[in-house]
Amino acid sequence: MGVQTAGTMLEFAFLLYVLSLAGYVFFLVNQQERIQKISAYLITAGVLVHLAGTAVLGTALGNLPVHNLVQSLSMAALAFGVMFLYVQYKFNLKMLGLFAAMLLSGTMLAVLLLPDTRVVPNEILKGFWFYCHIFLVFTGDAALGLACGAGILYLLQEKGIKAKTRGFFFKRLPSLDFLDFVSHACIITGFFLLTLGLVTGFVYAKLVWGRFWSWDFKEVFSMGAWLVYAVLLHLRLYSGWRGKKSAVMTIVGFAVIIFTFLGVNLFLGGHHQEFTK
Amino acid sequence: MPHIILIGVNHKTAPVELRERLSFSTEETLAALRDLKQHPDITEALVFSTCNRTEIVYVCEKNNAVDTMTAFISRHKNIAVSEFASALYVFRKDEAVRHIFRVASSLDSMMVGEPQILGQVKQAYRTAVEARASGVLLNRMMHKAFSVAKQIRKETGIGDNAVSISYAAIELANKIFSDLSTKSVMLLGAGEMAELAVEHLLSHNVKQILVANRTFENAVVLAQKFNGQALGFEERESALADVDIIISSTGATEYVLTAAQVKKAMKKRQYKTLFFIDIAVPRDIDPKINTLSNAYVYDIDDLKTIVASNIQQREHETVKAERFVAEAVVKFRKWLDSLAIVPTIKAINDKMTAIVEMECDKTLSHLPHLSESDRDAIRRMTRAIASRAIHDPILFLRNTGDHRDDSLYLNVTRQLFHLDVSDDQ
Repeated sequence: MGVQTAGTMLEFAFLLYVLSLAGYVFFLVNQQERIQKISAYLITAGVLVHLAGTAVLGTALGNLPVHNLVQSLSMAALAFGVMFLYVQYKFNLKMLGLFAAMLLSGTMLAVLLLPDTRVVPNEILKGFWFYCHIFLVFTGDAALGLACGAGILYLLQEKGIKAKTRGFFFKRLPSLDFLDFVSHACIITGFFLLTLGLVTGFVYAKLVWGRFWSWDFKEVFSMGAWLVYAVLLHLRLYSGWRGKKSAVMTIVGFAVIIFTFLGVNLFLGGHHQEFTK
Repeated sequence: MPHIILIGVNHKTAPVELRERLSFSTEETLAALRDLKQHPDITEALVFSTCNRTEIVYVCEKNNAVDTMTAFISRHKNIAVSEFASALYVFRKDEAVRHIFRVASSLDSMMVGEPQILGQVKQAYRTAVEARASGVLLNRMMHKAFSVAKQIRKETGIGDNAVSISYAAIELANKIFSDLSTKSVMLLGAGEMAELAVEHLLSHNVKQILVANRTFENAVVLAQKFNGQALGFEERESALADVDIIISSTGATEYVLTAAQVKKAMKKRQYKTLFFIDIAVPRDIDPKINTLSNAYVYDIDDLKTIVASNIQQREHETVKAERFVAEAVVKFRKWLDSLAIVPTIKAINDKMTAIVEMECDKTLSHLPHLSESDRDAIRRMTRAIASRAIHDPILFLRNTGDHRDDSLYLNVTRQLFHLDVSDDQ
């Protein structure tokens, strides 16, 4: 019963995301503030319904719904949505909504289409450290996803200015400085959360399996993604990797994260695989 | 029936020498308005004079006050009528209203969409009000002009685009840097163009202005003017580490900043963004610098291309703006017409009364045998017939509105009854 209600709520959230996406596309073309506002309200409503749906699902299942691919994807989208609302509130980077609505609609489409195979959750996947690990990694990844979004916007704007053609996005996007600033702020937030997420993961692994590190593919790739951002932040500080290079790196980093999230489980296996069956 | 007439010259019809001779200062405007008020035919007037135009809008009862006005201008500006008659345009009624609306909306400007004109029109109107030269018609018309100008600015993109080189440069700077007030500017060369660009930048409150020039004295003079700091020309390379925007306009035949120099400076400034605006011909800034990351170089041709495309886009928006003007003109005409109905009705009444009186007198003078009460009865009856006869036409005229063209019916009525309303007012 609860699971069914949750399913309907997720479908409704998806509908709101798609409507918001349509709104943002419309806004991209005609640049009416009113449309942007409506789209932002739609996406906010979507995230709230999504959050409620996830809560209903969690209550019905009796645990955090991250035990198969569909649940994990939905949770990742929710984390991204919440993070987006925060960034939107904080920086009011209007065009980021287009990126967020696209990503949310796409992910939720997958959530609704993919088969929701029931998994009996492993009893060890519980407890404070486990929940901390999940929460930190998902929100951290979400922030890094937004950094990638701002990075893409930066590249679009930079391309036009560099080529002196200005182009379609010139009037639609804010200044390069601002886009770089938002992207950087998201990287720092995401990196911080991801670092804590990895640490809590190590602690949890030590508690459950008796060792911090077990060369699990997901562990390796997560560390890889973490290193990409660590290098990026280092280079920014010491070699002036800002602007375009930084923007490209956010895209590379997020690609590694997506692969870590999906690819490792689908192609490589390991003890994280349970979450994406 | 009062007429709104506009006569004037602008940048399209008159060369600058002539416009200068015809322009009115504020004092001259006040004097002119005072003078115009004395004129028996002219009930309201407004003088609008900028560097690009001199126009007089006035309301008169007779259609032919134009000669009076040209003579007036000739006398006031001490210039023979023959010298400016060919440059003069005259707009009457709707055309005059349309012209004023277009001027206020910056559609008639040399630089279409430039924002200053509305303020200038408002100032001219204020002067007219001060001189008590404007009345019901001009007040209404000017307020309509302001509101249509505002509407156009808000709902069309006519004022959006930078259509001058320095505005285009500022627009770019604003898309590169998020807050110009934290950025420093270095001027290379102390030329006039650089000065102009900096004036615009100053209106955005940049943090600091440095001026480097081969002749140090000139650098000092310009730096003083902008509250900036003068640099020796040789210091320009080391200054690159601290400034964000470079505006170059030297007369040098070779590049004054090369890619190698900038590359070195970039390292020092941790690749923070540099924006070069090169308005010199031949160019001062090595175009290869644009290929360095976080460095952007725009030369005069790039900026001109932007301006050209902006102008094109602006023209596109003009079509929409013209539609707003046309709508406003129609609305204003409707209002004018409703004003005109009252005197027409009065004129019909007066005319009928006059006819009745005259005919009664004529007839009754042949009928001396009638008693006084009989005469009264006949008079009452003829009056009643007359007022019954014109009752429906008057009702028809009073019911304005809908979508009919009131001025057409008024015209017909006036012709049918052979009225010259303006004589009665």
